[in-house]
Amino acid sequence: MSQFNFLNEMTSALTLDGEISRGPVPRWQKKLEASAMANSLNGSINASRSVLSMSYNSSFSGVNPPMKTPRKVGGDAKCKKTPTPSKGAKTPSGGDRFIPNRGTSNFELGHYLIKQEQEKSENDDKDNSNNANKKSPSKVERQKLISDSLQVGDPKSARILCYQNKAPAAPESHQNPLKVVYSINTPLSTKSGSRYIPTTSDRILDAPDIINDYYLNLMDWSADNIVTVALGNAVYLWNAATGNIEQLVEYEEGDHACALSWIQDGQILAIGNNTGAVELWDCSKIKRLRVMDGHSARVGTLAWNSFLVSSGSRDGSIVHHDVRAREHKVATLNGHTQEVCGLKWSTDFKHLASGGNDNLVNVWSAVSGGTGSATEPLHVLNEHQAAVRALAWCPWQPNLLASGGGTADRCIKFWNVSNGSLVNSVDTKSQVCALLWSRNYKELISAHGFAHNQLTIWKYPSMIKQAELTGHTSRVLQMAMSPDGSTVISAGADETLRLWNCFAPDPHAAKKATAGASKAKQSVFRQSIR
Amino acid sequence: MSTAQSTKNCITLRGSAQIIVEYLKYGINSILFQRGIYPPETFENTQQYGITILMSKDKKIEEFLANVLQQTEEWLAKNMIEKISMVITNAHTKEVLECWDFKMQAELGDGETTDSTKLTSSKELKRIQSEIRDVMRQISATVSYLPLLDCICTFDVMLYTLQNCEIPEKWDETGAVFIQNAQAVQLRSFSTGLHKVDTVVNYKMAS
Repeated sequence: MSQFNFLNEMTSALTLDGEISRGPVPRWQKKLEASAMANSLNGSINASRSVLSMSYNSSFSGVNPPMKTPRKVGGDAKCKKTPTPSKGAKTPSGGDRFIPNRGTSNFELGHYLIKQEQEKSENDDKDNSNNANKKSPSKVERQKLISDSLQVGDPKSARILCYQNKAPAAPESHQNPLKVVYSINTPLSTKSGSRYIPTTSDRILDAPDIINDYYLNLMDWSADNIVTVALGNAVYLWNAATGNIEQLVEYEEGDHACALSWIQDGQILAIGNNTGAVELWDCSKIKRLRVMDGHSARVGTLAWNSFLVSSGSRDGSIVHHDVRAREHKVATLNGHTQEVCGLKWSTDFKHLASGGNDNLVNVWSAVSGGTGSATEPLHVLNEHQAAVRALAWCPWQPNLLASGGGTADRCIKFWNVSNGSLVNSVDTKSQVCALLWSRNYKELISAHGFAHNQLTIWKYPSMIKQAELTGHTSRVLQMAMSPDGSTVISAGADETLRLWNCFAPDPHAAKKATAGASKAKQSVFRQSIR
Repeated sequence: MSTAQSTKNCITLRGSAQIIVEYLKYGINSILFQRGIYPPETFENTQQYGITILMSKDKKIEEFLANVLQQTEEWLAKNMIEKISMVITNAHTKEVLECWDFKMQAELGDGETTDSTKLTSSKELKRIQSEIRDVMRQISATVSYLPLLDCICTFDVMLYTLQNCEIPEKWDETGAVFIQNAQAVQLRSFSTGLHKVDTVVNYKMAS
């Protein structure tokens, strides 16, 4: 019955109207002792002497309110307004307003008898409820609140049972694997491969007001070397070759770009906005070409397939828009029950992969004839334990998809989409925000969040860490690769864009090729800007 | 006009208890894996409710759970259980760190009998499974706010039953558990039509 003792102690500690055992002796008791000799009690029933009642009360409450003395006999007009116990000769001792004369009451006997009664009722039944009857309703309520907050449940009607033969404890050497999610002390292991990969960024650009949302895709690098990034309500274009910055559009308060994606050959940019529409902009002319609606919630991710742009939305659906036609909505895919955060067409455009907040990766097969893809997923991959945002198709091996999971999962998984099987799974110990393949070196780069906010380069298929690129002070939100495949740009929640020259191609062979290509591209770009 | 036979799904109290006990089995295993109480190598992947759940391969844990859940199913079919608590304690200091409460509420179902022992529900199994799936996903996602369990932990399962429940052979009566500085988070609930299950996680807030 230990729980009752505890409760009783609690209630006795909280009740304020019991006997005061400590502290200064109340006035009436002092008076009682003082006038035990005097014997002047019987006379003064005069109501105006109720001044004593103030002092009696005040010894408990510690307040001396100037109160009017209640008058039964219409006595003096200006009777004592403030209790002034110094005029003690007139006041009876040991009395109060209700019982002015306490000479005949025997406090000790009375208290003992009351206590007896209470104890008797407690002992009467050990199993309780009679106690409740003896107590006032407010006490019952208080007890209930206390027992609720202590999670005792209702001791009156529940029994708590457990099985005798318990489960074994974990072995002593076991360390909680979740430690990596909380600690910062994990040592970095950088393994240098056969080439030198600089572990610090080449260049840092300022990106103020970038929205720190895991589910948005706010940066992309076009084939004609322009990086677009959404900062706050505006969308900017940065020319990577010249360093020129211009603002494409600024949205009104409350609306902002949620997804950015360049068309294959550059110049046309698709922007998914907060209202569920996909806008097409011609960035050479800074002009909006069309607005295509189709979703009931924000569009967080976009993927192009020649004339089709697929949009994934917070309402869980994926819509294929044909940008050439008036009726742009050609198909709707409902494979996810929560926000679609990752969307990628394969390099041969035969498959579309989508990742959602419902921890699923859906693979859809493409359908010829301009309707995009089949409406039922080819494979539903549910091995991830968290939202899947990072998706990347292998450029040199057909049918290989890499997917990365969020904080609760932290794994990169590789899938063979021809039969839907899991090929490999690697625990990266940190939330995976983005994945990119590098064709030049047959490597994979992944972007992470807490604790190091690093970009990790892995050799494929061995999955040995080649390098860890550190620098971001807050989680990495997005990654994009340059058109020549040599540089990776990463956007972080620390409001910076960092450029990493990690896949620099072999200097001699690449120099001529890139020089020629970029010159040609630049002139085309310049031509169209008047 | 062809007359098609409509087969109505009919779940009895026993069936409902079975569904819930299955949920408890997968749920408890999932918690053991997600909270890192046992080494992750001792878990294997299984498919259930359309998602991947990791179940423990350890024989002793399996046996313990099987014994507890068998009794739970019996009592649940008679509506004698109010709450099932999975308690995680520090193995050395015996301090209770987390308590996962699965609260059971009996519902009336939608059958036509007035006999309380023959209630039925016609809720579709798929819907129940998708509700369970949502709760399981939430359990996986709790890692983002639950404090790290940095010590060797043990777990135990306690059943809160009605007063008149008779205690079978291998069972003991215990006292309630208290968590210092407790925070409670209510997860999604699901219902089979005959039972409603609420999942709440109470944890000790790391100061």
